[in-house]
This record gives sequence, C-alpha cells and structure tokens, in this order.
Amino acid sequence: MTEGIGARVLRKEDKRFLMGKGRYTDDIVEPNQAYAAFVRSPHAHAEVKGIDASAAEAMDGVVAVLNGEQLTGDGIGNIICGWGVTQKDGSGMNMGAWSALATSKVRYVGDAVAVVIADSIEQARNAAEAVEVDYKILPAVAQSMKALTNDAPEIHDNAPGNVVFDWEIGDLAPTDAALAGAAYITEMDITNNRLAPNPMEPRSAVATYNDAEEHYTLYTTSQNPHVARLVLSAFYQVAPEHKLRVIAPDVGGGFGSKIYIYPEEITCLWASMKTNRSVKWTSDRTEAFLTDAHGRDHVSTAKIGFDKDHKIVGLKVNTKANIGAYMSLFSSAVPTYLYATLLSGQYNIANIYCDVQAVYTNTVPVDAYRGAGRPEACFLVERIMETAAREMGVSPVELRRKNFVTSFPHQTPVIMAYDSGDFATNQDQALKAADYDGFEARRTEAASRGKLRGIGFSNYIEACGIAPSAAVGSLGAGVGLWESAEVRVNPVGTIEVLTGSHSHGQGHETTFTQIVAERFGLPTENIQIVHGDTDKVQFGMGTYGSRSGAVGMSAIFKALDKVEAKVKKIAAHVLEASEDDIVIEGGEVKVAGTDKLMGWHEVGLAAYTGHNLPEGMEPGLKETSFYDPTNFTFPAGCYICEVEVDPETGVTDIVQFVASDDFGTIINPMIVEGQVHGGIAQGIGQAMLENVVYDDDAQQLSASYMDYAMPRADDLPNYSVHHASTECPGNPLGMKGCGEAGAIGSPPAVINAITDAIGNNDLSMPATSAKVWAAIQAASAKQAAE
Amino acid sequence: MTEISMTVNGKAVKADVPDNTLLVEYIREHLRLTGTHVGCDTSQCGACVVHVDGKAMKSCTMLAASADGADVTTIEGIADGGLHPMQTAFKENHGLQCGFCTPGMIMTATDMVKRYQADGKELTEDAIRHELEGNICRCTGYHNIVKAITDGASKMTNA
Repeated sequence: MTEGIGARVLRKEDKRFLMGKGRYTDDIVEPNQAYAAFVRSPHAHAEVKGIDASAAEAMDGVVAVLNGEQLTGDGIGNIICGWGVTQKDGSGMNMGAWSALATSKVRYVGDAVAVVIADSIEQARNAAEAVEVDYKILPAVAQSMKALTNDAPEIHDNAPGNVVFDWEIGDLAPTDAALAGAAYITEMDITNNRLAPNPMEPRSAVATYNDAEEHYTLYTTSQNPHVARLVLSAFYQVAPEHKLRVIAPDVGGGFGSKIYIYPEEITCLWASMKTNRSVKWTSDRTEAFLTDAHGRDHVSTAKIGFDKDHKIVGLKVNTKANIGAYMSLFSSAVPTYLYATLLSGQYNIANIYCDVQAVYTNTVPVDAYRGAGRPEACFLVERIMETAAREMGVSPVELRRKNFVTSFPHQTPVIMAYDSGDFATNQDQALKAADYDGFEARRTEAASRGKLRGIGFSNYIEACGIAPSAAVGSLGAGVGLWESAEVRVNPVGTIEVLTGSHSHGQGHETTFTQIVAERFGLPTENIQIVHGDTDKVQFGMGTYGSRSGAVGMSAIFKALDKVEAKVKKIAAHVLEASEDDIVIEGGEVKVAGTDKLMGWHEVGLAAYTGHNLPEGMEPGLKETSFYDPTNFTFPAGCYICEVEVDPETGVTDIVQFVASDDFGTIINPMIVEGQVHGGIAQGIGQAMLENVVYDDDAQQLSASYMDYAMPRADDLPNYSVHHASTECPGNPLGMKGCGEAGAIGSPPAVINAITDAIGNNDLSMPATSAKVWAAIQAASAKQAAE
Repeated sequence: MTEISMTVNGKAVKADVPDNTLLVEYIREHLRLTGTHVGCDTSQCGACVVHVDGKAMKSCTMLAASADGADVTTIEGIADGGLHPMQTAFKENHGLQCGFCTPGMIMTATDMVKRYQADGKELTEDAIRHELEGNICRCTGYHNIVKAITDGASKMTNA
C-alpha cells in the first residue's frame, strides 16, 4: 500500500495553491458588495464622549456609518468567553463586558467604536478617518505587574484591582513542606514574552444578508466555522443557526488566532443586514497586530526542590497572566488548564502547586497561540531543570533522565494522566543525532575561532487531542470537544469524506484520504475531503490544539467502520457468503479463500440501486460518526539546540537543531516533519526575535513587519527531525498530534543553549544580539569583580 | 484617472484606473487574478511578488500606472499549461503548507534562479536564504522551501 498509513504521499491540495488558484476569503467578491472600514481608538484607555459621523456620511460612496449604540440596540450580544474558571474562593471570573463596537469606553488601541460601509475600500477608509470621536483619555497600563499595583487604572468596573481571576491547582501545604525539606533548591523569575501569531493571510470576512430568505452567509478566515456559527447564533443573536451559513474556504494559516469570533465578523454580518449589501472587510497587517489575539505574556516565579540524590521533591509556581483588555474565547483556559496541568513535564514530581492571577491590561486580548499554555509550562519547567542542573553541578541530561516518568499510565498531581511515552528513548535518539559525545571537542574548536559554543536541552510534553467532552465540561468548558465525520460512498464507488476538522495548512486533504485508502485499498485520487462549510458538513468543533488527527481522524475511522460493516453485509448477500468471510483489499470485496468477488464500485452501485439488498437494509452507503475522545493525548520529545555566539557582537548562530518526537502513529511523515519545522521556527522566533512591545501609554510599538521581527529564511537553520513513537492507547489510530510540538519544545532549548555558551543564565526572550551581548558583558564584569 | 495598458500573462489589457491604484490592486481587483496576495502593508512579506519585464517586483510597491507598457507575469501565467518546474519542486519537497505565501515564493524563486544562471553563479543554500530576505513564510520554517528552490533550480536547468 503506497498511499496508506505511513506513506509520504505528496499533497493533493498543493496544485491549486501552486497555480494561484487557492480561494481565500479576500478573493471572494459578491455582487453588490460594499466594504467596511473600522474607526478604531488611537488611545489605550478612554471614555467615548461622542461620535460625530456627519462629515463621513456626506462623503462620496458612503453607504452607512454604524456605531455600538445601534449594534447593541439591535440586540447583538456581547462577546463571550467560552471557558469559566472558578477562583480560589469559589467565586466565578470577574469578566468585563465586551461589545463588538465599543460604546462608552475603549480599552485598547484598536478597539473599534464605529464602522463605515462604502462602495469602495478607499471610500470606506477615507470616511473612517473623517469620523470624529470625542475621547476623554484615561491613564493606561500594558504590563500585568503594573496593572496589579495600587495606583493602576481600573479597566473594568467589575474587576477590582484588574484581577480577572485568582486560581490555583495542586496542594500548597504538602508542596511547601516538600520544598522545606529539600536538599537543593533552585528559584527563578521566568518571563514568557508576548507574541503576535501572524498567519500570512490577514483575517477577512464577507457577509451577505438575503432579505428575501432572511438568511445570512459569511465567508470568513476561521479554523472552526461551525463553532463560529454556533457562537454567532446562540450568543450574539446575529441569526438563528438555520439562517446562517458560515464558510471558511482556503485559510492561510491560523496558529490559534483564527479560532475566535472577532468583533469584525459580527459587525460585518449585522452591517450587511442594516445596509442590505454584501459587506467585505479584510484586515491589513497593522490592523492584525492591533486586533488578532496575541499569545503568551506570562510573568512567573518558580521554585523547585531536589533531594540529595537529585530527585525532584516539589515544584511551586506563581504566574501573572496578561489577559489583555477583554476576555477572548479561550483566554481563561490558556493560563490555567492548558498551562498548569503540564507543569509536571516529563518528570515524577509528587508535589506541585501553582497559582495564577489573570490580569486585565489595556492591550489586545490574549488567547491561544500555537501551543497555548503548554509552551509557557514547558519553558518554565525546562529552564528551571537546566538551571538546577547547573547549580547542582550535574549533567542536565542525566538530571532529566533520573527524574523521567517511566511507567504508564502516570497520574500527575495536576490532573493529567499520561497514557504512554518513552522519554529516555527520545532523549537517546536526540543525543545520538546531535552527536552529543562530540560536543566538547566542537566547543574547543569554536573557542579557537573566538566563538562561544553552547548546547541546550528541552524535554517537552504536551496535552493534545482536546478533549473528552465530559472532562473539559467539568473543568469549565462551554462546549464539548468531540469531532464529527461523514463518509459518503457514491454509486460509482468514489468517496467523499466530510469532516468537522478544518485545514489551514495542515494537509488534511491528503492525510485524511490516506486512512480511507488504507482501509479499502483505493487510490487517494478517488477520495475527496470536504470541510469548512456549515451547509455541507453536519457539525464540527474545528482545528486547534493538535486535535485533527487524534480526534478528527478518529471520527473518520469510526465512520469507516460503519461503512465497512455495511459493505460486507451487501457483498455477503450478493455473493451468497458469510459476512465473516468477506475481506476488502485492493479495492475489491472478496470472499476469502475463493475467487468470488465484487469490485468496490459494484458494491456502491448495489447499495444505491437497492435491487438486491439484504432483507430490511436501507439503500445508500453513507455513514456518520461523532467521536468523543477518551483522554488527552501526550506527545513528547527531546529537542537539542547547539549555538555559536560571537562575543564581540552577541550575534547567535544556531549551528544545529535536533528534534526527536513521539507523536504516536504517523500517517504522513512528510507532512508531520513539515509541522515540526514550522513549529520550531515559531519557537526560535519567540526565543530570539519576536516580541510585542508596548510603551508606557500602552501604545503598541511593534505593529508592523518593519518593527516586529518575523523569522526570515536567513535567521533559521535546517532542522534535524526524528521520531521514536509509542502508540497512543486512547484512540483507534494510536495518534498523539504534532501541530504544536515544535513551538512548545524549542524555546527553552534555544535559551538553554545560549546561556550555556555565554556563561550567564540571566537572559530573557527574545535573546536578541543586543541582549546576548549585554549578558556577555555582565558575565565578564561579574567575573572581573570576583 | 489614468489610462493604462500592459501585457499580463501574455494578454494585452487596458483600463482606466484611479491614479493611486497599486499594481497589486489592479491585478487582484480589476483583472481578478487572485493568486497574487497581500500579506502586509510595508513591502516586507513578498506575497505579492510578480514579474515586471522579467524581474521580480513587489506589486504592492508599484503603481499600476508605473507598469504602463510593461510585460507582467503573475503566478497564473508562469507555466505553459501544467506546472512550472519550480512549482513541481515546491510540491515534491513539501515547500508549502497554507499556500498563502507560495505564489510570491515561486515568483521570487524563479527570478533568483534565472539571475544566478545568467551570472554563472552557484545558487547555494546560503544564497537562497539570503535571497529570501523579502519573502516571509509562517508555516514551513523555510527548511523545505530552501530544498524546493535548490531542486527547482536544477529542474529549471534541465528543463
């Protein structure tokens, strides 16, 4: 089977992208289309005293200028957070209201107060500039630590001290006791820098209201069109679900930022009804920096204790999580259940306690970005493990190995029950691939050229395949996190698979066909994947959290089970054989041990003609499944980064980057390696280049590609990517997920490598040349003083 | 308004456009050739690269009026039926994921290969990475794009 599970099948979707025939939202033009331009606050915090749109309304081509009073007046609901977190004292979150168009107050630069609809985009933008908004400017705050001080401005009336919630996990007293009895203690302050996701396709929406049908159609850049429709209907009251079709066509990358239902999509739908025009909005890049949900932005302190044999006895963490100005859809889950539940890393730790204060600031809302909480946990654990090894004078490799979880299932003190893994094998494979034994010789050779060479490790674990619906429901999720699939065998035997997962670069049109090809021995060219349209696909929870394999493909697998069973019944009936003797292979349905067979297409035709079916069987060959996972999945691995630093300039070269991952079953290694490459690139970006910067007035200083350091080809190395897999017991294909691993595992490896090279552990992300140079100077000064 | 005429993908086109129309707007909105993309506002990302008189240009940085009389090739016009060798190389080396930066990457890559071949210079991995300074990809980490361009260069030589 050359196209089944494990084959490096070239991608079916590539041709249209290569030919320039992809169909992205901004490529779509509706008849009678108008354009939206938003009037956005230039201030981070201000009262809105009045809006004068008279000049704008008089301009050529302007169809309407609409504001938040009108929006709320029409009953459009406030933007929701989909995950409720319970505070230490048992109370709920202090959540402030968020209207798609602000009415009385703006809370971050970019907060929209009005929208102009005009015949052309240029007319809309010019008119938006002519809308006069009377602002009373208020003091603003961008950093979580400052927002928690007594003299900080209060951003929402119902969030005293700007605290959204104060949450904890684990047991405090036993953790304190374990740390008190530890032979060695390492303490660190650890900051996880704020990032902008930056899919290359900016967000876009084309909304059309059909007044004759009272029906809406929305094309949008979404990772989960059904979730968008659900939320737009149930919470924002834009339209009931059966009167709203949401289509996410080709989507140019997401990385989490296209999960959420933003003010712009809500406003375009509503404006389409108000103006009876199709309304298109496409973000420009600066608008994307100002409005796409950001990621990370944690400030933590951590304390880890070891016994005299260097076994971990306890870990205690406090984290301040910057939530931004409003609570985005999953903003509460990211710094809690997606973060602190992974603080056990790959290690046996009997006692863990973590508390998290989520904090409002006058910044863009912060939500899930590739990894979502798990990179923050991994960075903390792997930085403190490496640091502890240095402080205790032991090998960072051996310290990790000594503390690995080695038997499964393993219950951590922070909810997660790891189901499988072989951490030592991944570590061995990575060490071998990196030629760890030869490192000291390479370091010496580099020194002879005046370069500082260092090596750094990261042993990550993450929780993917989210998630068992009842489990996440008990933790506060507002939805179930199953997935749905429908397999349609056509009368001629070709197959359409309709999936609730959404592909925005992951190659589902290829990998999903591979499991069908594997099952029935059919060529992948006979199989088509359909996704991204609420009128076609029955339902779906979408793609994020590396769930499309473990959950989405499991749903397809279950639907294939049902198709297979019906095919066998039909063939047994027609061929006058026992069902148990029917085998399907190579596109043929055979009676084992005989020469009796039907072609796959003949069974399809028999199902649809209905001329000769078993008694009582319905005609047709179409099956569906809703698959609810039994557990999270736990991809894990070992990443090794080796760097050379020029001490004169602080310029750091990554001379090798090795990954050894355990993703469980791999359907298409080519695509999986591509996911790892991209994830590592984003992780290196975080570690060395990327940073969202706000000034003291909460103005974003990094809101363009002139200012925000996107990783470019000559910033990055080639990656040496390896796999050593254990099968995941929790789903029928044994898959764990690969989408986020690279972004989770790589940042600590990079920082551990640079700090090893320069001999100064005090280095924050992004480790730019200037910062590395300063850290080298500080280390030299300290050495001279000693 | 300015009257412009040019050749796009071998076809003569003519239009009256506002003076400030960018070449990329003309290509996308007037000609409806939507393979050329816009990924930033600052001429950094390269999703909009086309060939103007045989040279790679960021079409967001050029007025349509400045291309009056020019011979323009977009991603839709790069192959004579089927795929150009560079397009094939991107497919075979998994040099694309979401596909949004891909047209700009292909147009930059073919231009780079032609320039290096004309100058008789070797297109090394370092040279490719340096040449890609003006094209941003968020999905691939560039590893497979670099491989694809190396392969595409050899395919173009042998084509």
